[in-house]
Amino acid sequence: MSHETLSIILFVTFVAATLAITVWASRNTKDATDFYAGGRAFSGAQNGLAIGGDYMSAASFLGIAGLIALYGYDGFLYSIGFLVAWLVALLLIAELMRNSGRFTMADVLAFRMSPRPVRTAAGVSTIVVSIFYLLAQMVGAGALVSLLFGFDSEFAKGATIAMVGVLMIVYVVFGGMKGTTWVQIVKACLLMTGAALIVVLVLAESGFNLSSLLNDAAQQSGKGDAFLEPGLRYGTEEQGLSGKLDLISLGLALVLGTAGLPHILIRFYTVPTARDARKSVMWGIGIIGVFYLFSLVLGFGAAALVGSEEIAAENAAGNTAAPQLAERVGELVFGSAGGTILLAVIAAVAFATILAVVSGLTLASSSSFSHDLYAHVFRRGKATERDEVRVARISAFVIGAVAIVLGIYAQRLNVAFLVALAFAVAASGNLPAIIYSLFWKRFNTAGAVSAIYGGLGSAIFLVAFSPVVSGSEKALFTDSDWSWFPLSNPGIISIPFGFLCGFVGAFLSKEYNAEKYAEIEVRSLTGAGAEVASKH
Amino acid sequence: MSVDKNASGTVYERFQSTTEFQDLRRRVRSFAFPMTAAFLAWYLLYVVLSGWARGFMGKELGPFNVALYFGLLQFVSTFGIAWLYSRRAERRLDPLAKQIREAIEAEEAKAEEDVR
Repeated sequence: MSHETLSIILFVTFVAATLAITVWASRNTKDATDFYAGGRAFSGAQNGLAIGGDYMSAASFLGIAGLIALYGYDGFLYSIGFLVAWLVALLLIAELMRNSGRFTMADVLAFRMSPRPVRTAAGVSTIVVSIFYLLAQMVGAGALVSLLFGFDSEFAKGATIAMVGVLMIVYVVFGGMKGTTWVQIVKACLLMTGAALIVVLVLAESGFNLSSLLNDAAQQSGKGDAFLEPGLRYGTEEQGLSGKLDLISLGLALVLGTAGLPHILIRFYTVPTARDARKSVMWGIGIIGVFYLFSLVLGFGAAALVGSEEIAAENAAGNTAAPQLAERVGELVFGSAGGTILLAVIAAVAFATILAVVSGLTLASSSSFSHDLYAHVFRRGKATERDEVRVARISAFVIGAVAIVLGIYAQRLNVAFLVALAFAVAASGNLPAIIYSLFWKRFNTAGAVSAIYGGLGSAIFLVAFSPVVSGSEKALFTDSDWSWFPLSNPGIISIPFGFLCGFVGAFLSKEYNAEKYAEIEVRSLTGAGAEVASKH
Repeated sequence: MSVDKNASGTVYERFQSTTEFQDLRRRVRSFAFPMTAAFLAWYLLYVVLSGWARGFMGKELGPFNVALYFGLLQFVSTFGIAWLYSRRAERRLDPLAKQIREAIEAEEAKAEEDVR
């Protein structure tokens, strides 16, 4: 049996299992709390796994292993930013948000501010961030199928994107948060098991000696000791100062963006209490941390056992490093059948990964569209729960359809920068608005609206004039050049700018509601009046 | 709990000014704010050294170089801070938060009774 056939069988099994879960979840999704927040009935450990499932995208699974395999140490630098970021969520956001919000990020802002303007701003930002992220994942799915199955035709890529899109629509429309959370849990378990298996085999090949594995990797890479040091990918000496500033900018966006990503924030609503929200972040940190340690071994293992040249020949960005390593190490340990099986397993896990992440993003954006924009802005809070859930389902369908069309259209474009942009927007607009609302007495509507639009606008503006959009080989538009902003990540400017906008905006308005501030402060810290779990 | 029953304002405003709540607020902030500043500074130091101090980061210390130790220490510090926070929250924050929450709920239940 070829690895393609086996991979398809495994993937179909995953899809069948998750569809069965979705059918079960849809029978148990009765009201808005079930649809948006899974009835708030998940345990800390379950939600922690789901956090891992939502967060560890194909970009971090295939992308980071590939970065390490090609550029050595710098890929590791990337994963550290992704991990440390969780402390922001743990110390400042998770519990307070669970105590003061209901379904969306905007709930926390709308608590003590004028609801329509802040919900509009937060809804727009949620949808923009989620769609950017979603689009990058959809295009990634198309690229993955050609890498793993050798289908190079535009049609095969388009068909894959459409299939991923249809499945994610089904999960979200029928399963809501319950179904989506279980998809994340299953995916997280598969991903951790698959990665652990390869890590053990790679370590066994090197006699469980990490130091000798790293030395082999450095030798195979042809770059020697430099391969184990920072500086081959980010802020290289040829790029000069702007390259190094870009490294800082990327670091800031990674570490501050996570706690502003809407699809991550709504996970805190799926547990019964703030204490469970804390536990879920603890579990999330554990799983994500271990996974990035695994990816260190995967990346250097791929460099040592497959070789950077062979990986770069297969895919210039290194995205095939993990699957190639799976095949090689399987062959080395179990013979050629072992290689086929392991490659098939990793390919199926990669698809499960993409599917789970896009579902989380679709749920976050459709929830915000329905709960924030439809129910509170268009209907001014007069929509019934039934209406809201119906609109959320319709918008999941529409957002999914739009993502399929854009994904197919964008498949020839280089859209990898959209993930970095999503993190930058989340760090520059969403994070200041949330932090100020939770901790700053003087904050108000004008401040929240200025922070979100200021951060969102400046991040998009700077990226539009950066080398990732025009004027470089890897740009979105390679034929013309209108770039003048030298950094590919806007964070170093847009994050302080977002915080500044929120600060200045708040001072320019006299609005201040002492009664509501007392309420959010007492409620967020004590959990009094917090939403409770569903009884059924 | 010393809630001034005659004070004006909502139940939340009255509880906000209690010493218990002020104590809880101080306990939350006195850990979260300095710790956030510390881990962000520690992380930025790592990123800045990766950009500007490559000679230092490339130094061999036993089996690995400084850069790898530094990176692994970021994992250790992240796990460590998370564990410290969680232990502190269980011991110093949760019981006090529960006490205040229950007092607020009791008062709200009583207010509802009075209305009836």
